[in-house]
Formats: sequence, structure tokens, C-alpha cells
Amino acid sequence: MMKRDQCLKVLARHRTNEVVVAVYQAAQEWLHISPSDLNYTFTGAMGQGSSHALGIALGRPDKRVVVLDGDGSLLMNLGTLVTIAHAAPRNLVHCLCQNGTYETNGAVDIPGRGEVSFPGLAREAGYPKTYTFDNLDEWDRAVGRLLREEGPIFIALHVEPGEPYPEDFRRLYAIEYRERFRRALAKA
Amino acid sequence: MAENTDQLRAADLITAIKSAGIRFIVALPDRTTSEHLLKPMLADPELRVVQVCKEDEGVSICSGLYAAGQRALLLMQHTGLLDSMNALRGVAVEGQNPVCMMVGLLSKEPGVLPTQSKRYGIRIVEPVLDAMQIEHYLIEAPDDVEKVVPAIEAAYARSMPVVMLIGREPRSS
Repeated sequence: MMKRDQCLKVLARHRTNEVVVAVYQAAQEWLHISPSDLNYTFTGAMGQGSSHALGIALGRPDKRVVVLDGDGSLLMNLGTLVTIAHAAPRNLVHCLCQNGTYETNGAVDIPGRGEVSFPGLAREAGYPKTYTFDNLDEWDRAVGRLLREEGPIFIALHVEPGEPYPEDFRRLYAIEYRERFRRALAKA
Repeated sequence: MAENTDQLRAADLITAIKSAGIRFIVALPDRTTSEHLLKPMLADPELRVVQVCKEDEGVSICSGLYAAGQRALLLMQHTGLLDSMNALRGVAVEGQNPVCMMVGLLSKEPGVLPTQSKRYGIRIVEPVLDAMQIEHYLIEAPDDVEKVVPAIEAAYARSMPVVMLIGREPRSS
């Protein structure tokens, strides 16, 4: 098991110019860990992060798009796995921060905690490649290569809460930052 | 055989959609539009059709495409629209995304206003959209096609969603 903020810090060290779409707890932490105008947190409704990411990836096939999804979120939009696999964006990296709970909403366990294989679901939906990491060193050694690998790929990250970060839901969904994202992506 | 002048022509709709700068179609099949709108779009090399499993995904994909500088149209049935209320609330309206939707009113009686339909599912669509403060237009007669380009342009100008309700099945001729 990895501390989520440590796991995200590893990703941030390997980040170059990728778009990162992040949801809920991962988004709250990612904005502090890897600030960038190419961060997209304006997903608006639970479960929708990977769908926003798919739209960005299809609209800008020249840019790498990484989504930091959650397991509770993904359960709310499981069809996205089939949609993404069918659309087959080569520039999309679908990371799942798998903590087994609805952490933002009281840390109640997700149904099927410990039973559901998310990489298995992704694989059967048609993702050509899936990976699982629960060890920080192994993640550190692999992430640089995975960010360059042809997508769509699915990466399950087994995480638990690490250091607490301040929550700011207004910032997560602020239109002014979405517009800043659009301008930054247009120039990127 | 004389041309049916009351008939909504699918080719005119596709021309209008393209004139509005739409290049991505995000879609679920709908009996009202599948045969003469979606199937030709799937075969059209100028359009990229993204097939989704559920309509709320489509709301978000269109928003992601907008963030990436692309214009998109979400094609679905009114049942899918009703199933997507929370995404429309959070992603389209509160998120101020110009999600443009073409929504087939399955089983609406021809020539009858949606609010006058005998079918509950049809009758509630416009009041629901009004309550959500989402612009909407009825596209049922050939002249209604003229509404398409201004509706889409206004959505992008305001950065707000718009729904074009397809009141009868468009035909190929």
C-alpha cells in the first residue's frame, strides 16, 4: 500500500507537459503537489473524470492526458471503460487511486471492496494494457516509461491517505481556472 | 412521387451541424434519429462519432472536447436526457460548458407540442429543461432546421448548454 500523496509526488517528479485530470481527494492533493495550468479538476459530477479526460484526449491527440480517477468514482461510471477502450485514444493514461472507500463522503467502504478487480474490468472492457502498483519504489521505476507508453492504459494504484492537505472545493470547480486551462492547452 | 414538404430532412440537419463547426458527434442510438441521422454520421469521414454507454458520459466528453478547443454534439433520446440530470446540472450548467444536444422525442405525436403530448415522458421534458434554465428549441418541421446553427453558436457564445428537441423522425428525402 502506498501513501497517496507520496504516490502522487512520484508522478509529479516524472511529469513534463502532460494534462492531468484529477477527481476528489487526489485532485485536492494534486493541486498542491503539482500546480499547473494544465491541471483539470472541473469534472462537475461524481464519476465523470475519465469522460472529461477522454474528451480532452480526443480533442488534442498530440497531448498526453493522465486521469487520476477514484474507485468509488469509477464504480459510478463503469461504462466509461468500454467507451474509452472502444474510442482507443493512444494518448490516455487512466490511473485509478484505489483506496476502497468513498473517502470524500465519510470514508464508507465501496461495495465489493477487496473483491472487485478493477484492472480485470478494464482488461475485459478492452484496455490493451493494465498495471497494478502497491509499492512506491516499483511505481517510481515504472512511471516514466508508462507515461510514454501507447494508450489507452489502465493503472491501479493501491493507496491510503497520507499527509492531510487543505480541501478547497471552490477551487476544484472554479470557472476561471477552467478558462485558464483552456488557454494553456491552446498554447501547449 | 411529390416531395413531402412537411418532412424533416436528415441531410439538412447534418449540413447545419457541420456549418456550426461541429466535428465530433457523441452518441447513443435513439429510434428517432438512428436510421437517418446517426448511421450516415457514422459513415461520414468529416465527422468523428464517439459511441458512449450512457448519456452522462457524453455530457462530460463534450465538455472535455470544449476544453480542448473542439465543438461537439451529443445525440440521444429524451430518456437519456432525463437520466443525465445530475451531469447536466453539475457539468453543463454549473460548469458553464456549451454542451449542445440533439434529443429525439420518441413517440411524440406529429404536430403536437411536446407539452401537449399524451405521453408523460414527453410532456415533462420542456418543463424540466425550463426548471434547469437550459435553452431548448423544437426541431420538427423543415423550416426548424434554420434554428440549428444560431442555437449552437449562441451556446458557445454564452458557454452554456442547449437542447434541440427532434420532434419527428428525420428522413433521408
